[in-house]
Amino acid sequence: MVSGANGGQRERLFRGLGSVLVVLYALFPVAWIVSLSLKRSADLDDRRFVPQVFSMEHYQSVFNDPQFSAALWNSVGIAGIATVAAVLLGMFAAYAIVRLEFPGRRLILVAALAIAMFPPVSIIGPLFNMWRTLGLYDTWPGLILPYMTFTLPLAIWTLSAFFREIPWDLDKAARVDGATPLQAFVHVILPLAVPGVFTAAILVFMFAWNDFLFVISLTSTNNARTVPAAIAFFTGSSQFQQPTGSIAAASVVVTVPVILVVLLFQRRIVAGLTAGAVKG
Amino acid sequence: MTGRAGAEHRLAWLLCAPAVLAMLVVTAYPIGYSLWLSLFRYDLRFPGERRFIGLDNYLSVLGAPAWWEALFNTLLITVCSVAVELVLGFLFALLMHRALLGRRVIRTSLLVPYGIITVVAAMSWRFAFDPTIGFVNALTGLEGAWLADRWSAFFVIFNTEIWKTTPFMALLLLAGLTQVPGDLLRAARVDGANAWQRFFHVTLPLLRPVIMVALLFRTLDAFRIFDTVFVQTRGAQGTETVSILGYNTLITRLNLGLGSAVSVLIFLCVLAIAVLYIRGFGIDLSSRARS
Repeated sequence: MVSGANGGQRERLFRGLGSVLVVLYALFPVAWIVSLSLKRSADLDDRRFVPQVFSMEHYQSVFNDPQFSAALWNSVGIAGIATVAAVLLGMFAAYAIVRLEFPGRRLILVAALAIAMFPPVSIIGPLFNMWRTLGLYDTWPGLILPYMTFTLPLAIWTLSAFFREIPWDLDKAARVDGATPLQAFVHVILPLAVPGVFTAAILVFMFAWNDFLFVISLTSTNNARTVPAAIAFFTGSSQFQQPTGSIAAASVVVTVPVILVVLLFQRRIVAGLTAGAVKG
Repeated sequence: MTGRAGAEHRLAWLLCAPAVLAMLVVTAYPIGYSLWLSLFRYDLRFPGERRFIGLDNYLSVLGAPAWWEALFNTLLITVCSVAVELVLGFLFALLMHRALLGRRVIRTSLLVPYGIITVVAAMSWRFAFDPTIGFVNALTGLEGAWLADRWSAFFVIFNTEIWKTTPFMALLLLAGLTQVPGDLLRAARVDGANAWQRFFHVTLPLLRPVIMVALLFRTLDAFRIFDTVFVQTRGAQGTETVSILGYNTLITRLNLGLGSAVSVLIFLCVLAIAVLYIRGFGIDLSSRARS
């Protein structure tokens, strides 16, 4: 920006200071939980920000805890399958919405938007009752279904926004050459659509990885309990020991993938977040 | 031509059917079922006593101080956190917009609170304010147990919510800021407008649609607040929100009839907020649905 270049020394200093403060503010609680996880059990109560002695004992106890391993596996599996399912269904719908003329096109987008605003607490009661009847309570599909549904709007909106940017003449050319719409989709459009699909997948995965309400309402054992529930209900190795260290270590373990994804794909994530909101 | 158009419609519907079906089965049907259950006395601990009681559940909920307190708490959290997020989000966005070298670093750091699991964020702040573990009291010289008192507990909850969700606001506003034409700002500067005037008379009006969409999404999201409160107080010390009340009635106390009435009321509140924003503030969502 022109104004940034000729701004005064003081303004630049102010801005630099502001940037440092924002970064500190954003990363501070993360640093705090990392620090807690590295303290020895005896030092947990020292109320210091930085550990006096670094120790891996909480990580060892967390990885030796069958409850946590099960939760980690459930989280990865359930969020992974929900992501694939939501992106796949979202892709079909977004393709139809962007590419094909049909009645009800706008209705689908509006319905998706309505679901994005929907309060999950309004349906946990019925789902709880339905899942118990159908045998889905405390199972993987019992969580995959709501995750997939609640992220479909996100997938459809993000994918539609990305699909609109694709040069569709290529698709027409393929169809003129005798390809069916489906062939045109798989061979011409899909390769161009990969960035958008990837963005949608990241956002969907983050939702499923983060959910707490559905998992504590629709599961009761290690069968399908995911990490957020495991962290909230950690019981520690003995009943009398407060499991602060284990909670901190488990929190760090599940935050590492998030930070990696953010570092690697920050531009995609931001593009996906703002795709629906900014473009008219 | 009609044959081809028909084939196109069929293909379109075929492609949309799985998504539409999933959305109907997992949201539309359950909300209908909720409505139905809310008309019954239906406690899973005494399933034999299930019977139709009309609107009695609603009368019980609306007659209970617990509902009104939870609604007040939820609205308080929503209004306070969204207001602070808007101001803070604007500051962050302006900072990122003008920073050339630091933008990437700031954006990456801001995505960490956005991406982190809410339960983890709530735990981290809970420990930070904990009187025996946390550093906050040691740092400030205060002695209190923050989560043991209503208003200080609210402070911890606000703080967590604001930390977690300001990045979303900031990133949306940044995206809007980059679309404000630089020529317009330069012209205003030539006309003698100072930085404040340029911000309030040029940037802000142009950003109005983005701000409204960001506010709508954040307001609805804040109104659903559950994870943070559950982890930090479980609704104790008078911090219960409507989502916590719904969860406790449905899943902890297994009272499906009464809980469903709470669910339906929450749904109506969310609907009212959405209508208020869309009608009252003129957010044009239909233009967003146009392809």
